[in-house]
Amino acid sequence: MHPALQGLLTVIIGVGGCISYFYFSNQFLDKVLFPAKGPNAGRNINRANMIRPWLFLFPALAALGLYLAYPVVETLRLSLTERMTLADGTTDYNFVGLDNYTQMMAEPKFWEALTNNLMWLLIVPAMSTIFGLLVAQLTDRIRWGNIAKALIFMPMAISFVGAAVIWKLVYDARPPEADQIGVLNALYLFFGGDDPQQWLTIPFWNNFFLMTVLIWIQTGFAMVILSAALRGIPEETIEAAIVDGANPFQIFFKIKMPQIAGTIVVVWTTITIVVLKVFDIVFAMTNGQWETQVLANYMYDKLFRASDWGVGSAAAMVIMLLVTPILVWNVRNARKEMQ
Amino acid sequence: MDNIAGSKSSLTWAVNLSVLVLVLLWLFPTVGLLVSSFRTSDQIATSGWWASLSSQERQNSAIRVAGEEVIVADGFEIRGSLFESAEVTVSKWGTSSRAPEAFDPDDVAELKNDWTLTVDGQGAFVMTSPTTLEGERLPRVFTTATAPPEWTIENYENILLDPKNSGGMAKAFFNTLTVTIPATIIPILVAAFAAYALAWMDFPGRALLIAAVVGLLVVPLQLALIPLLKFHNEIGIGKGYLGVWLAHTGFGLPLAIYLLRNYMVGLPRDIIENAKVDGATDFQIFTKIILPLSFPALASFAIFQFLWTWNDLLVALVFLIDATGDTTVMTKQIVELLGSKGGNWEILATAAFISIAVPLCVFFLMQKYLVRGLLAGSVK
Repeated sequence: MHPALQGLLTVIIGVGGCISYFYFSNQFLDKVLFPAKGPNAGRNINRANMIRPWLFLFPALAALGLYLAYPVVETLRLSLTERMTLADGTTDYNFVGLDNYTQMMAEPKFWEALTNNLMWLLIVPAMSTIFGLLVAQLTDRIRWGNIAKALIFMPMAISFVGAAVIWKLVYDARPPEADQIGVLNALYLFFGGDDPQQWLTIPFWNNFFLMTVLIWIQTGFAMVILSAALRGIPEETIEAAIVDGANPFQIFFKIKMPQIAGTIVVVWTTITIVVLKVFDIVFAMTNGQWETQVLANYMYDKLFRASDWGVGSAAAMVIMLLVTPILVWNVRNARKEMQ
Repeated sequence: MDNIAGSKSSLTWAVNLSVLVLVLLWLFPTVGLLVSSFRTSDQIATSGWWASLSSQERQNSAIRVAGEEVIVADGFEIRGSLFESAEVTVSKWGTSSRAPEAFDPDDVAELKNDWTLTVDGQGAFVMTSPTTLEGERLPRVFTTATAPPEWTIENYENILLDPKNSGGMAKAFFNTLTVTIPATIIPILVAAFAAYALAWMDFPGRALLIAAVVGLLVVPLQLALIPLLKFHNEIGIGKGYLGVWLAHTGFGLPLAIYLLRNYMVGLPRDIIENAKVDGATDFQIFTKIILPLSFPALASFAIFQFLWTWNDLLVALVFLIDATGDTTVMTKQIVELLGSKGGNWEILATAAFISIAVPLCVFFLMQKYLVRGLLAGSVK
């Protein structure tokens, strides 16, 4: 069957299945299991209402459990085992304790990935937030502010792979005698550089060229959220500051910044999560060569190129470990808000 | 606020100017790719895309003299033009790669076998020879010429319409679409019911479940790759569309539930309680009242999920694309082109732009919902 037809069929079956599940399970509950009539009508209604939420929740909970919660446990288990192919062709998993972790720690590539990731964690959220805040503040008062914001927001819609191609063109290098077609090299030569540079192959600095791509994408996100936060600041506080003779910089740093501090933290942590998962950009642009490895790509290498599920899972657990503080913080905040 | 003491006109100018600089800086890379996708490979390889916007002098690659020979008084002659466009101005030309600028326009070059060749300022050439040129290997001409900007849609034709082109994007485009549409629609429905239960139904453990959803929001999907691939293999799905649809549904659910619940909680309590008093069941309240009222939140999530599944590489690599490569998606195709055709920017730029075009359209048409969703979705 043609995949497009298959897709259409899946939409119909999926949507139809969902609707009929919800409809018939509710009908079954109300008409067959606990009918709201007869001697026990009142008790039946209460019972039906106790069960109904779980009918509504069941498909979502099943999917969440299977696709997100179970893998966390399973990955933890896999990271403590070694996959063996037995003589009869079946696979078996041997418990090896922390061997995978010690093996991973012994690899220089892992430490390279970890230090690079930490560098990404420091720089990308900071730069995106700063640029986002800058644009949000600057566009707040000008007439074409919304157009400017839309254009800076646009990279959010572009895939990481698309962005990788876009920026590879920027970083392109041609032989010294030819005209440069990459903007960066053209500028570099124009301002007196000697030879065109292969930017992505210069260890250490190439990390920053990769980070630029993500900053370019994430600034729009930071800008949108911070711009809304700036709009939400009560006018009176600003007017009062103006009356007291504050200059625009004082207004920004002393009046506005403290009032949106909470939002800045939210933006920062959200981008931090994106950074921890960054994979496509590195995969498409350098594939971790020239000392640009990051954890997610290291993990992919281990899992699918080296087929080493043990070490790959251990690397995944490291990413999980780095995410955990933010996870806990988010959950605590959400609970506080609900009370 | 423009007329109060806090803002000065010089500052307004500075603000406008710096915003302009930032916008141009942000647009520049994308525009470069777009412009490049409309240039020929020759043009891309010899000059920066910013140069293509105006007439530029550049060295062209060699063009071999060709044409019908005619018999003239003292031998044979071929006349013709090196360029199709009449607006080209030749400033220098030559007949060998060692001296590509040896001659001025209208100079006569003496070649082997007593051949002569002359090229004028418009690129018209005259080649003469005492003997017939039939079957001879004719000389190549190197030119340095000024040409007006020139655009072509040939790249798009090659990549989208040529069925023989193995680097073509047509199939990958449809595959991406096939992945995206079910993966966008199904989670919405599943999530909407769950969100309603979490927002408006009372049951023990509700707060805990909401907290769990918030927690799952940030669980990296990297952890799910191997366990789920193993699971898909065990239940016989293997790698394929069904697997990728299920995976995208699972990964999209936390955000969907979170967004929709937050929106539904904000709906007026009166409407729902009135409906209950009138004897509506929860199922009716959900389908007749909540769902229509939640349209903005549904649209927000649909856009997120669409962009995310369309742009995804990792999930497709792991759950969809098998060894045959029949089910390749655009992102994977582009990564492969980056590896195999790293220098052919006309192919890369065009392929990338084809994959970017759809999300960009969605982005500009539905930006309102996207912004709304972002504001609701970032955990406060």
